[in-house]
Parts: sequence; structure tokens; C-alpha cells
Amino acid sequence: MSLLQVKGVSMFFGGLAAISDVSFDIQKGDILGLIGPNGAGKTTMFNVVNGFYAPSRGEVFFKGKKISGLKPHQICKLGVARTFQVVKPLQRMSVLDNVIASAYLRVNNRGEAEDIAREKIKFTGLHDDVNVISKGLPLGKRKKLEIARALATQPEMLMLDESFAGLNPAELDESIEIIRKIKERGITIMIIEHHMKVIMAISDRIVVLSYGQKLAEGTPNEIGNNPLVVEAYLGEAESA
Amino acid sequence: MKRYLPLIILAILAVLPVIGLSTYMMHILILVIMWSVIGMSWNLLGGYCGQVSFGHAAYFGVGAYTAGVLYSKFDLSPWWGLPLCVVVVALFSLVLGFIVLRLRGPFFALATLASGEVMRITAENWVDFTGGTMGILIQRRTWVEKTWYFYIILIIAALTFFMIKKLVESKLGYYFVAIREDQDAAESLGINTTLYKTIALCISGVITGIAGAFYTNYMGYIDPHVVFALHDISIITIMIVMVGGVATFWGPYVGALIMVLLAEYIRSIPGLGAAHQTFFGILLIVIIIFLPNGIVGDFQKLKRLVGLRRASG
Ligand SMILES: Nc1ncnc2c1ncn2[C@@H]1O[C@H](COP(=O)(O)OP(=O)(O)OP(=O)(O)O)[C@@H](O)[C@H]1O
Ligand SMILES: [Mg+2]
Repeated sequence: MSLLQVKGVSMFFGGLAAISDVSFDIQKGDILGLIGPNGAGKTTMFNVVNGFYAPSRGEVFFKGKKISGLKPHQICKLGVARTFQVVKPLQRMSVLDNVIASAYLRVNNRGEAEDIAREKIKFTGLHDDVNVISKGLPLGKRKKLEIARALATQPEMLMLDESFAGLNPAELDESIEIIRKIKERGITIMIIEHHMKVIMAISDRIVVLSYGQKLAEGTPNEIGNNPLVVEAYLGEAESA
Repeated sequence: MKRYLPLIILAILAVLPVIGLSTYMMHILILVIMWSVIGMSWNLLGGYCGQVSFGHAAYFGVGAYTAGVLYSKFDLSPWWGLPLCVVVVALFSLVLGFIVLRLRGPFFALATLASGEVMRITAENWVDFTGGTMGILIQRRTWVEKTWYFYIILIIAALTFFMIKKLVESKLGYYFVAIREDQDAAESLGINTTLYKTIALCISGVITGIAGAFYTNYMGYIDPHVVFALHDISIITIMIVMVGGVATFWGPYVGALIMVLLAEYIRSIPGLGAAHQTFFGILLIVIIIFLPNGIVGDFQKLKRLVGLRRASG
């Protein structure tokens, strides 16, 4: 069954079509990789699915229910959580408090919220930093914090926007491991990523965007052998 | 020990009138406690929820006029203004919030500033209802002595203190701070930012309104210039919290104490008169530069600045 359906979505900013007529489905339990050159419209797609933007055209469905037009907090409550490419920690709060604030979405008392938060913090490997004020965290850990607090909302689908960018190789391996474990928990994932090796290794399906249009869709194998994609994107990325 | 500090302070304050303070001292104490209440309420909205209001005079004035109009138009005791203003100011906050909470940052601040001024001008011109610039004079004062006024504002302050403490430590408190730190992140983490900002505004407005209704009873006279004052209410409220410490628990108390004493002191210097605002302006600049987190928030730094470091061990 498709968990998320994006149907004919377009998003215009003034005259610019950041996304034009893009459709795809995500199956429950899958990891869908969303790739494309800079400015292709990937983050914009997240913002549409997450409710920051109402699409100019088209609709988005989650578990068969139309979610385009709802507010981000409503969509989050329905089970869609996201991270931000440009991280947005709650700066003057500790790591623990950041995650507790998210955990309160599903519970009302402090004890339960803290239990959920501590579990997610441990899961993402931030347990040594529980009491650190998040402003002082290095980038790699802030990216993990994004994931921890998204998970604390207990989502059915998680959207990761370049959670690996700027990480060193050791951190990269760790993060891939975290993604795999999230998948094992039955959470569906949509991930934007520039590291081709990562995306090829973890994705069940891949959607390629270019200049706001869907260029191709398929398994990692199909995408890797698609001449259009190789020309438009992979070749460029490989040589970079 | 620290846990019981609020109770200890409350107990000490409660016995103060018994030991027989002068009327003037009682007056100062009442003002300090009243301003702490206003400071606490501003701090909830501005300090914790990050919505910096330059127009708290609007709520103070609406509260004050609720009490005043009950007396002048309906011939009721202005004390009924205290419970009634909960409803009146809550409704007023909802309407105002609907307009100003759509705005963010400096735009929100400017809109609140305008709202205070709009209320003042409305009160000045709606003569039939408010008495206009003539104000409202309460002729039958309840007590001549200060003691009971003191206890009433002390009870209001104590209730406010414990309510805000509970609130800040609860889910609501987390949501307020999350909104302050990053509204977009908060929204995407499932927090209905519009709803929770409105809640913060209503609670803050109602508490300030209650202080306003108390003011009418205590002072016995209100006019639009006094209770909707930009400088003497809205700005002083912000200063109290800034001086004491934004988003700190004790900040509003320390700030209220310092500001009330300072205002009284400056007023006693001959030939200065309205120049007190200049002093407050300079004080604010000094605080922003040296103690951006206020006296409570930067207490360690303050101790270092005045060379008391050894005393702290
Ligand atoms: N709020 C906005 N207003 C105007 N233009 C926007 C807005 N958001 C995105 N854009 C434009 O839409 C296009 C797609 O941007 P988007 O951020 O979605 O790209 P992306 O695929 O995430 O790129 P990157 O890999 O660099 O993160 C860009 O040209 C961008 O400038
Ligand atoms: Mg992007």
C-alpha cells in the first residue's frame, strides 16, 4: 500500500516553477531517495509534503487522506516528521529539552516525554550530550539532534533533508547505520542526499528531480543505468 | 532550602504589615509587588514564548477600566473588576491576539505598541463610557489604610507565582520556549504555534489586567493617560524584566524592586522631574551592554563585576 502519494504537484514562486507536475508514491516501509542537482526542488518538495507550502497545483495524500493544505503541526500529528537541511535546533535548550519538546506531541506528562526523549537520544548516539545546550553542538551532532527530535514525535514517515552533508566518513557510517535501524523499526523514509554511494546503498526506490521536473524514477539499479540521469546528474556528481 | 525560598519570602512579606511599617513604606511595597505581577506576566509572553510586547499597557488599562466602569456606570464595587476582568481581558486578548500574533519579531512588537496607543486614544475619546480624559474617580474608597491592599496584591502575586511556575515546568512551558527558539521548527514538530502563542498572550494579558483592576481600587483614580501609558506602563514593564532578567524566574521581582525604588529615588531629587525617563534609558543601555541577561540571569557575572567573587567560593 502506498503510504504517501504525491499527485501532480507544482509549486511556483512568482514566475519560477520550483516544482512542476511531479508525481510519485512511497510504499510503506520503504526508503525513497530524492536526488537531483542543486536547486532541483528537493527541499521545496519536503516543504510541500510537510505543509510549509500549500502546492500551487496538485495534491498530497498520506494514508489515503489528503494532507496538502493542512498546517505543518497537523501533518506532524498525522505521523509525518522531518529534519531541516539548514538545521534548526532550539538553540538555548539542552539536547534533552529539545527532544522532550517533540516527545510531548504524543504524551502529556513530563516523565513519559522524558522517557521517549532519552530513548531517541540514545538511539541517535547523543547520550553523552544530553545536557549540552544545543547552540554549542558541532554540526554532526546537530544533524543527529534533528533526527532524534523528529523521531520523538513518533512518526510513521520520516523525511531527512541532507542529514549526511558535511559529516566526516566515520560519522557518515554511523548515520547510515541509524537510518537502517529506523527502517527496521518500520518507519518509512524519504531522504534527500548528495552522497551517491549512500543513496544507492540504502534506497529501495529513487526519484530524480531536475529543474523542478521528475527526470526518472526506479530502483537504484535502474537509476544507475539510466542514460538521462547519468548525463544530467550522476556524471556531474561523479566528476565533482 | 531553595525549594522553600518562595514560601519563606511569602511568609516574611505576610508578617511585614504586623511589625508596623510606615504608610509610605507600605505604598512602595504594594507598588513593587504589583509591578512584579505585571513583570511576571510579561515574562511569560516575552521571555518564555519570545513574543516581545511593547503594549502591555493595553491589558493593564483594560483591566483598570473594567473595574472603573463597573463603578462609574453600574454603581458596583470596583473590586468586582478583579474577577470580571479575567473574562473581559481574555476576550480582549483573543481579539488582539488574532491580529498581532500573525506578525513576527519586530512587526509583532510594533503592532503591540500601536495597540496600546489605540486603546489610550479610544479611552480618551469614548467619553460616554470611560469619562474621557477626566478619568474615573472612585469616591468611596474601601480602606484608608494600606494593610488590606497589601494583602490582596500579595495574594495575587503568590497565585501568579505558583501558577506561572507550574506552567513553565509543564508541556505548555516547553512549547512556549520551543516557539521562542524557532517557530518553524516548533510548527514542524507538531506544535500548533498559533494556538500556543494565543494561550500565552491570553494568560499574560489577563494577569496584567488583574493588576490593572487592582490599581483602580488601590489608587482610586484612573485616566487614559495613566493606565494606557506607553512610557510609564508598557516600557517600564519591559525594563523591569530586562533589568531583572528575561526568562528567569526571579527576574521580574528583582527588576520590580529596583525599578520602583529607583523611580522613587529619582523623583525625590529636586529639579529632575520628568527626567527619570532619561535615567531609565541610560540604565537600559548599561544593562543591555553589561548584563544582557539581567541581574538574575547574569548574577555570576555581576558578582565578578563588583568584585565579590571570593564570597561565592
Ligand atoms: N521560498 C522560496 N521563494 C522563492 N524561491 C524559492 C523558495 N524556496 C525555494 N526557492 C527556489 O526554488 C528552487 C528549488 O529550491 P530547493 O531549495 O527546493 O532546491 P534543492 O533541490 O533542495 O537544492 P539543494 O540541493 O541546493 O538543497 C531554487 O531555485 C530556489 O531558489
Ligand atoms: Mg535542499
